[in-house]
Amino acid sequence: MTARDLTTSHPPSRRRAPLTRALKRGSGMASDGHICERRRAAERRLRVISGHLHQRAQDGHAAVSAQECKAEASRANPAKAAPVPKRRHDIMKWNGWGYSDSRFLFNKKGQAEFTGKRYRLSGLILPSLKDWFEGTFGANLQHKSPATPALNVSAVPPPNLNESFVEELKAAGVALSQEPEDRVFRSHGHCLHEIFALREGRISRVPDLVVWPSCHNDVVKIVELACKHNVCLIPYGGGTSVSSALECPPEETRSIVSLDTSQMNRILWIDEKNLTAHVEAGIIGQDLERQLNESGYCTGHEPDSMEFSSLGGWVATRASGMKKNIYGNIEDLVVHIKMVTPRGVIEKSCQGPRMSTGPDIHHFIMGSEGTLGVVTEVTMKIRPVPEYQKYGSIVFPNFQQGVACLREVAKQRCAPASIRLMDNEQFQFGHALKPQVSSIFTSFLDGLKKFYITKFKGFDPHHLCVATLLFEGDREKVLQHEKQVYDIAAKFGGLAAGEDNGQRGYMLTFVIAYLRDLGMDYYVIGESFETSVPWDRVLDLCRNVKERIVRECKERGVQFPPLSTCRVTQTYDAGACVYFYFAFNYRGLSDPIHVYENVEHAAREEILANGGSLSHHHGVGKLRKEWMKEAVSTVGLGMLKSVKEYVDPSNIFGNRNLL
Amino acid sequence: MSAWVSSGFSGFLPQDPVLKKRDDFEDVLEERRNSSDLRYALRCYTPALYKGLVPCKASMLKSIVLQSDSLQYVVGQVSAECGESREAVQEEAALLLEEMAHRLQLGTIRFFAFTLSKAFKALFRGVCVNEEGIQRLQQAIQEHPVVLLPSHRSYMDFLMMSYILYTYDLALPVIAAGMDFISMKFVGEMLRMSGAFFIRRSFGGDKLYWAVFSEYVKTMLRNGYAPIEFFLEGTRSRTGKSLTPKTGLLNIVMEPFFKGEVFDVNLVPVSISYERILEESLYARELLGVPKPKESTSGLLKARRILSEDYGSMHVYFGHPVSIRSLAQGHISRSQHNLLPRHIPQKPTADTQAFVNDTAFRLVRLQEENMVLKPWVLLATLLLQNPDGMDLSTLTEQADWLRRLALAFGAFLDWPDHEPCSKVISSSLALHKNLVCVSGGRVRLVVEELPGAESATEEAGFNRAVSVLSCASYRNQILHLFVRPALIAVAMQTANCSRKDEVFNCFNFLRNVFSNEFILCPGAAVQDFEEACYLLGKCGAVQELQQDLVMSQSGQTTLAFLCSVLDPFLQGYQVVCRYLCEELEENLLENKFVPAVRSFTLQLILSGSLKCYEALSSDLQKNALAALIRLKAVRRVKAGDQVTLKVNKIAVNSLEDTLGKTNVQHINIYLYSSLLNNK
Ligand SMILES: Cc1cc2nc3c(=O)[nH]c(=O)nc-3n(C[C@H](O)[C@H](O)[C@H](O)COP(=O)(O)OP(=O)(O)OC[C@H]3O[C@@H](n4cnc5c(N)ncnc54)[C@H](O)[C@@H]3O)c2cc1C
Repeated sequence: MTARDLTTSHPPSRRRAPLTRALKRGSGMASDGHICERRRAAERRLRVISGHLHQRAQDGHAAVSAQECKAEASRANPAKAAPVPKRRHDIMKWNGWGYSDSRFLFNKKGQAEFTGKRYRLSGLILPSLKDWFEGTFGANLQHKSPATPALNVSAVPPPNLNESFVEELKAAGVALSQEPEDRVFRSHGHCLHEIFALREGRISRVPDLVVWPSCHNDVVKIVELACKHNVCLIPYGGGTSVSSALECPPEETRSIVSLDTSQMNRILWIDEKNLTAHVEAGIIGQDLERQLNESGYCTGHEPDSMEFSSLGGWVATRASGMKKNIYGNIEDLVVHIKMVTPRGVIEKSCQGPRMSTGPDIHHFIMGSEGTLGVVTEVTMKIRPVPEYQKYGSIVFPNFQQGVACLREVAKQRCAPASIRLMDNEQFQFGHALKPQVSSIFTSFLDGLKKFYITKFKGFDPHHLCVATLLFEGDREKVLQHEKQVYDIAAKFGGLAAGEDNGQRGYMLTFVIAYLRDLGMDYYVIGESFETSVPWDRVLDLCRNVKERIVRECKERGVQFPPLSTCRVTQTYDAGACVYFYFAFNYRGLSDPIHVYENVEHAAREEILANGGSLSHHHGVGKLRKEWMKEAVSTVGLGMLKSVKEYVDPSNIFGNRNLL
Repeated sequence: MSAWVSSGFSGFLPQDPVLKKRDDFEDVLEERRNSSDLRYALRCYTPALYKGLVPCKASMLKSIVLQSDSLQYVVGQVSAECGESREAVQEEAALLLEEMAHRLQLGTIRFFAFTLSKAFKALFRGVCVNEEGIQRLQQAIQEHPVVLLPSHRSYMDFLMMSYILYTYDLALPVIAAGMDFISMKFVGEMLRMSGAFFIRRSFGGDKLYWAVFSEYVKTMLRNGYAPIEFFLEGTRSRTGKSLTPKTGLLNIVMEPFFKGEVFDVNLVPVSISYERILEESLYARELLGVPKPKESTSGLLKARRILSEDYGSMHVYFGHPVSIRSLAQGHISRSQHNLLPRHIPQKPTADTQAFVNDTAFRLVRLQEENMVLKPWVLLATLLLQNPDGMDLSTLTEQADWLRRLALAFGAFLDWPDHEPCSKVISSSLALHKNLVCVSGGRVRLVVEELPGAESATEEAGFNRAVSVLSCASYRNQILHLFVRPALIAVAMQTANCSRKDEVFNCFNFLRNVFSNEFILCPGAAVQDFEEACYLLGKCGAVQELQQDLVMSQSGQTTLAFLCSVLDPFLQGYQVVCRYLCEELEENLLENKFVPAVRSFTLQLILSGSLKCYEALSSDLQKNALAALIRLKAVRRVKAGDQVTLKVNKIAVNSLEDTLGKTNVQHINIYLYSSLLNNK
């Protein structure tokens, strides 16, 4: 296997990482060959990346280049890749998840397949998906609920423009658009109700104008003008919000301007002495990692949405990446933040690693969800790209044992970069996504079969559950670490279930988001949500929330039991993050979204009643703000309000999230 | 493809009681009479289990309890408080658990299945069970932990419950039983092996005991070990009336839900009714002050005599499972437990306590509503109102009238429709020949004659009281149906005018006075009033005219009847008041109260100034005292081990006066009998 072979079959987001991993494992190198091996690896990496970029150009989404920002032009050598195109709908779905070329469908033979070339699953047939889909949801391939094929431009309300604002913006040379496609694209995140409405061709309040600042100073200018002309600004990063944070408040009468940060995507400098990088906030996750990788670094921040979500979005929502055990969550990664507010720019005066200077002002910015200003530049910690990565998986006889194991791992503070525990339903679902042919998958399948016969004896396939693991670091330590974790697992009845199984689990993370669109083609709607909860309540919370979903669906007339499943996705000293998926067949319901919203609401109530938090990382937005007072107390909410009042008295950042 | 599996959730109290649908019954003894008991006892038993069951053996259960965080916490606390070592306290906990724990064994159940089949066939004509209720229960058991809440009228109750569950291949329950049984060594152990676990009657402030006990119950519940069965009333009702529920155990079984440890708990009220109660005269004697015989094995064996008698049929009605989750919706915020580790014991908040209490009352009401009433209950009601006996023809006529009234109020009456009324009555009277006799066309209570003695001796009075109280224990079974309308009927007479709000005030006052006597849900005065008004209107007894509530022309009979239903209680409470005002020496010890009132009452009866023998019932006397304490007319003063009663004579006197105003009804009773007779 050569590097190039592998490259072509990798998705852009994961292209490099699995490659390095594969190479490392394939090379069979000894640990004392470190330095030389490093150099060789770096060379390979470069080759890979050039191939990668090449392909990206072919894909045709590196087309539009940003205006040079004069203020920054003189800076030494800022790393700049092609930004996300301004016309996002050229490469991304206007009414669904992800790239337009990648989607699930049931072909004429009734077999599921995943189109495109970007992902490892791309172009493959998934023979078991149909049965799982029909069996789980009572869905039927005969019963289709297709989306409106194209945006009906005439259904988009004409823009309510503040002419003098527009004039002055144009004079300042800021890129802008009032095209319906651009405005509709920025009117939503990826909540079910938002996508469902688009599929039905229903357009509600959309921004009146989209602007593309290309640097901090552009943002300063835009905010000044917005204050001057009293227009409403809504920062827009990657658009992956799942909290209705990007929705335009229907009651807003001013002109609404979507401030798209995508063109501010440069790495301004890298400081190898302190291991920090100073980056513009519009950069999206995959570009940030790829570019840092070129210099041998990474941030290690990998939220599942990293293909599309932006640094500014992460800061604004307090995002969490799957490898937080090594790299930390966004609040641990951030060293310095610059934010433009109606009152001016807020930032700290130095980059000291920790300060005792009263309440940390970063904590007013992180999680502010676009209500206080625009994050423009961020200094982040960086780490050398890990020498070695290894996936793994463990099968447990049941979910209880799995949770007990994760708890013990957390107690011993030996969690791998990532450790996730899927419940039985998700395990079954994982099986449904087995592709027909693929070298890596076949080996996995065979492995699993053997596994069943030999070791699974005594494991009930309807109870067992799987943990997937990702280790990172230098080889020796990884192997040592791996052993430690598997030893703990054994105490809880866990059996090592192979690397491929684990790798597959993580790979699926990036395609799962595409599946919802397939469901929606066949009357199945679904959503995910998350919480964090103390260890001793994890099991109770999982059980109760799953059951509450089932019960609520039933009571609201859903004809078929829903899919109601969860996984533990993060471990902490004092608790865990739990992620739920639920989906149901809505045939026979007159107002499926209403039913769905009631169920989700009930599920959140259940979470809160069981000691779970309002959100671990998705944020509050408008979807969950009714619970904010309960979540942070009246005084707490008052504090936040007074900050908002001081920073933005005219509510220029009027997306009405959070408060 | 599996579609939804159905399950039933239910709320409470449908509106028009007549519309209430009740299930049909099936006699479980029928098959026993036709096939081998041995084969039945040995048959394959494979009950459907709780879907979240954590399988574990009884011994394993004990170690889970002893190692649990909550018990460990209390062990630590106790050891710190009393200076004993942790190990010693832990050891003590283990002993307590040993004393408490059941050792449910299928073998013992099979033994009981065999012997009880024989016994039940000898005792009862039939044991009727609502099979739909069984089906609902089977479903409920699989979905969530189940708590079985049978009414408690007889020792038979819990054996009968396990017997029925075994018969229908349902999971066998573990049963909270009082320690009294333990003294009967063999029987105690047998019961233990059939699922009983034993709780000390009082363990007041014993933290450790409480911790062991509550953790034991909660562990079984959380793990879905078995349905948990206990008696809300706490003890057997000696009067046939439901007792004010105890909330201790209910609190314990609800806590796992409040703390999110289970998704839901199904509470299943079960109504067990006996046509003839085995303990009938035993209870009457007990109420009159013959101390309860200590349960001893030999005592129970003596009961073999009982086997030769006919106890008619019994009915067991499994009510709709009540979901705690649905009940708690909007009343309990489970997140109140978010900020404290859940294993640290916490006193329930006032809200929680109120909710549990309210639930307990509602559940007892559900038990009452599904209690099957036999024709004899109607006869007993009428006979008690006619202490000098009745002509059989009058009795027949009035019974028919009362039957219709009861049905209009929603009674669950097991009256054989296809038989003529007279036949139904004569066979009822025959079954209860130890209580009533018919001679010369007149029906009267049987009173044990004293050879050659005068009728005015204490003993004679006492004998009559035994008959009256035995009879009353049947009359009392129907009280739950009449009590609310009866309170209105009395209130209408007592009130100064017919204004509805006036009547309500009187009603509310009386309801308050009698809330230890009858099951009257706390805080439901308005609802009770409205419902009772509705019923009285429906049966044509009263009319609502704008602001007024007036008796309609044909209503007199009904209202007079209802008043006389309450009469013994009104009189009894007055006697207690009078005693407290007149007789009391300065410091009456609480434990001397009952004997003192009893002899005071007996004197009144013997002197001819009181006709109401029911006033002799210690149950009534205790309830009256509890009411007076609650109304702050009497204060309990603790001094050392002893409790003395301090009486506020002015308050008690005025209460007696108020109750006295209701006495007009004597005239009415007369009126109403003559009305009936002239029909
Ligand atoms: C499939 C999928 C997987 C996901 N996985 C994860 C995950 O693993 N971890 C995680 O944390 N989240 C995850 N999310 C949620 C989402 O990706 C995060 O909330 C992310 O941080 C949003 O970033 P964005 O750039 O897309 O912001 P947007 O969606 O564009 O905006 C989100 C909010 O931030 C504000 N905002 C955006 N940029 C700025 C800025 N520069 N300055 C000020 N405010 C700004 C917006 O006004 C809005 O209120 C996932 C979402 C999806 C759909």
